[in-house]
Amino acid sequence: MALLEVSNLGIAFGGLQAVAQLDLSIEKGHLYGLIGPNGAGKTTVFNMLTGVYRPTEGNIVLDGKDITGQNPELISRAGVARTFQNIRLFNDMTVLDNVKVGLHNQIKYNMWTGILRLPAYREKEHEMNRQAKKLLKIFDLDGQANLKASQLPYGKQRKLEIARALATNPKLLLLDEPAAGMNPNETEELMQTVRSVRDQFGIAILLIEHDMNFVMGICEEITVLDYGRVIARGDGKAIRNNPKVIAAYLGGD
Amino acid sequence: MQFFSYLINGISLGSVYALIALGYTMVYGIAKMLNFAHGDVIMIGSYVVFFTFGTSGMNPVLSILLSMVVCTILGVTVERIAYRPLREAPSLAVLITAIGVSYLLQQVAQLSWKSDPKSFISVVSGSDFLKPLTLFDGQLTISAETIVTIIACVVIMAALMWFVNCTSAGHAMLAVSEDRGAAQLMGVNVNATISLTFAIGSALAAVAGALLCSSYPTLQPTTGAMPGIKAFVAAVFGGIGSIPGAFVGGVLLGIIENLSKAYISTQLSDAIVFLVLIVVLIVKPTGLLGKKVNVKV
Amino acid sequence: MNIKNMKRSTRSNLITFGIVIAFYLIVQILSAAGLLTNSFKGQLVPICAYVILAISLNLTVGILGELSLGHAGFMSVGAFSGTLVWVTMSPTTPQPLALLLAFVVGGVVAGIFGFLVGVPVLRLSGDYLAIVTLAFGEIVKNVMNACYLGLDANGLHFSLKDAGSLGMEADGKVLINGAMGITGISKASNFTIGTVLVILTLLVILNLVHSRAGRAITSIRDNEIAARSVGIPITKYKLMAFVTSAVFAGIAGVLYSLNYSSLVAKKFDYNTSILILVFVVLGGIGNLRGSVIAAAVLTVLPEMLRSMNDYRMLIYAIVLIVVMIFNQSPQMIELRSKLTARWRKGGKDETKKKGVA
Repeated sequence: MALLEVSNLGIAFGGLQAVAQLDLSIEKGHLYGLIGPNGAGKTTVFNMLTGVYRPTEGNIVLDGKDITGQNPELISRAGVARTFQNIRLFNDMTVLDNVKVGLHNQIKYNMWTGILRLPAYREKEHEMNRQAKKLLKIFDLDGQANLKASQLPYGKQRKLEIARALATNPKLLLLDEPAAGMNPNETEELMQTVRSVRDQFGIAILLIEHDMNFVMGICEEITVLDYGRVIARGDGKAIRNNPKVIAAYLGGD
Repeated sequence: MQFFSYLINGISLGSVYALIALGYTMVYGIAKMLNFAHGDVIMIGSYVVFFTFGTSGMNPVLSILLSMVVCTILGVTVERIAYRPLREAPSLAVLITAIGVSYLLQQVAQLSWKSDPKSFISVVSGSDFLKPLTLFDGQLTISAETIVTIIACVVIMAALMWFVNCTSAGHAMLAVSEDRGAAQLMGVNVNATISLTFAIGSALAAVAGALLCSSYPTLQPTTGAMPGIKAFVAAVFGGIGSIPGAFVGGVLLGIIENLSKAYISTQLSDAIVFLVLIVVLIVKPTGLLGKKVNVKV
Repeated sequence: MNIKNMKRSTRSNLITFGIVIAFYLIVQILSAAGLLTNSFKGQLVPICAYVILAISLNLTVGILGELSLGHAGFMSVGAFSGTLVWVTMSPTTPQPLALLLAFVVGGVVAGIFGFLVGVPVLRLSGDYLAIVTLAFGEIVKNVMNACYLGLDANGLHFSLKDAGSLGMEADGKVLINGAMGITGISKASNFTIGTVLVILTLLVILNLVHSRAGRAITSIRDNEIAARSVGIPITKYKLMAFVTSAVFAGIAGVLYSLNYSSLVAKKFDYNTSILILVFVVLGGIGNLRGSVIAAAVLTVLPEMLRSMNDYRMLIYAIVLIVVMIFNQSPQMIELRSKLTARWRKGGKDETKKKGVA
């Protein structure tokens, strides 16, 4: 069984069927792309996978466990992490603390340990700092650990969001347009980072992206959505030559 | 019969709350801010009526019109000076500023007119055709103030609904409340629309002030504070941002307050009003007629 | 880097404690030298109480990012329960023990109210939460105003009507007498107790903020959706902040109340809640040291401005508005950063000129 098994997933807002009959199967360690024209329902799929929206039909099974319709906190603990299309960092916290919030459920001590500064406090904080630094280093953010997140340039903010997501120790990482707003050099660099994250952590990554070079360059399998339904599936080459996909993007019928 | 008397007085008090609540609700709907100083605009308006009608004997209608003009200017000026610079700031900043304005108005009133209570002369007193209504062989008497208040509230409410739904300025208001940015792109003058909202809300506050003080005739710098808070509760109760909601919330609040005063406890009536609010919000977090707003992720 | 970072927050905390202790010592020295007026001495315990209130409210408003307009309500329930303990126990129990119990009970009762209000209410957010906390404060004020409690041989008697309907034996004693509140309190608060409580509050809240739980609370403030997405249990941490905040408001209430011989519910009204909020805002939202300084200065200032008493609140109001516009308006922020930039640039030019010369 694959790491993520989505079957017949659908959601309707009032009368509008935003996503329907979506099947998706992602293996451990895979890089998977979800593309489609604006408004195709890609982010809605992410929101269902992470519990922000409750699907009106279908199932989401992660690693053999049904997580359909659970709340975001539980889904995060089950092993799904994400980034957001419009970056959502903890802006007034330091870069380091952003990642440490991500470690919340990985390294634990209770409120009293913190208030009374028991020995465990020092020890656990030290461990948190160590792991957070390690993650920041992967994204070349270790030099800015004590800056506020809002002080980072845009590209680095996107990276910090990925680092924070990785801190939750996910099995599946969802990236919502990670390359948006980046120049070709940054995009190239990001591609390598995403690949190395997959290799280093051995996790599956599902990403939404409009930059076709990015998607075709790193994704092993791609699903194309249009009007909330799957219109094509396959590797980069197959998708590139699929007439339905071309029609969807060019606005033909 | 006692019950009907309490009920009608409750509706009358509720009508005043509704008029004040309209100011809160429209400003919230359009400028997305809680104008805490709204209650104090009522107080200023009441002083205007007190000095022009009560002390100088001006015609009551003219006096209320004058009070409306003063309050409109006041409301628009406050918005221009204190709120507009903070339109893009966090909502807490605007709220604190509004509290500051509220203090300021109270202090100005206190320094200008002293804090001793003035006894307000009812605006319907001395009128020839506005008389108390006696029904059921004298078992039920409805005061002229009550009748005027309820009629005024219904008329104003109808006029406001017509204005918002059937005029282009009203449509502009709806557009700004729906999406300020999009409205601006469609050529709506957002600043003018927000100013207009404050103008209408403040003018209604002037009317509410005159009616409130006619029924409850003590006037001092803090007169507006409690009715302001209660009307605000009424607005939230009915669903803040909704004009019919303000009406329903205001009237219900007035009825609840008066009936609990009559049948439960005078001292606890406010506590009951606030308790009902908490329960309503817990059951229906956006109020009775409010819309649910989804955050886009 | 890590050690440097730790040091930075520790150093900042030490400065805050240093300010409190220095203030305490200066007051003791001046007092011993007989340089303090009686009216100033009378302000010392209220200053401590307001400092604790401001710090604790800042936890809700600044760190959790939720607006509470009912802090005086928690102060009130704490004050009444703690004072009741003090009044009933102090004649028979050793004084320090009775006093300690009074503070503990005040804090715990306020905390329980924080929990009871928080559980249903923290689902609401922003302006709605503000309204409900305001409503809570008003309910507490009204109920305590109408509350009668008496004690006789048969135990406690309670009524919401009047003292007569308590139905007590002749030897019964009225503990809470409606709007008259609790009277005949033997004063027990002093500046030393107040200072100790301020330090305790600071220790607990600063340590909480700089810990795993504190980061979770702050993350909710900064971005609730993102916090949920990394697995932070939102309700738990909102409640933790809210209840902690209420506990210290309750303790401050006891401290405040035991400084006077009588306690009335009217004191803890909406205006008191707003006053505490003003301390928090002027001291800097989320800045705990700022809360300490703002609460102390703004409690003392009115005493010093006695001569212009009439204009005191007017000045207060204007300062509040101006500070908000100056600090928060986007245009003002831009203007300020431009000015700072120009000033810096000007500075550099000058050094250049000097270099050339």
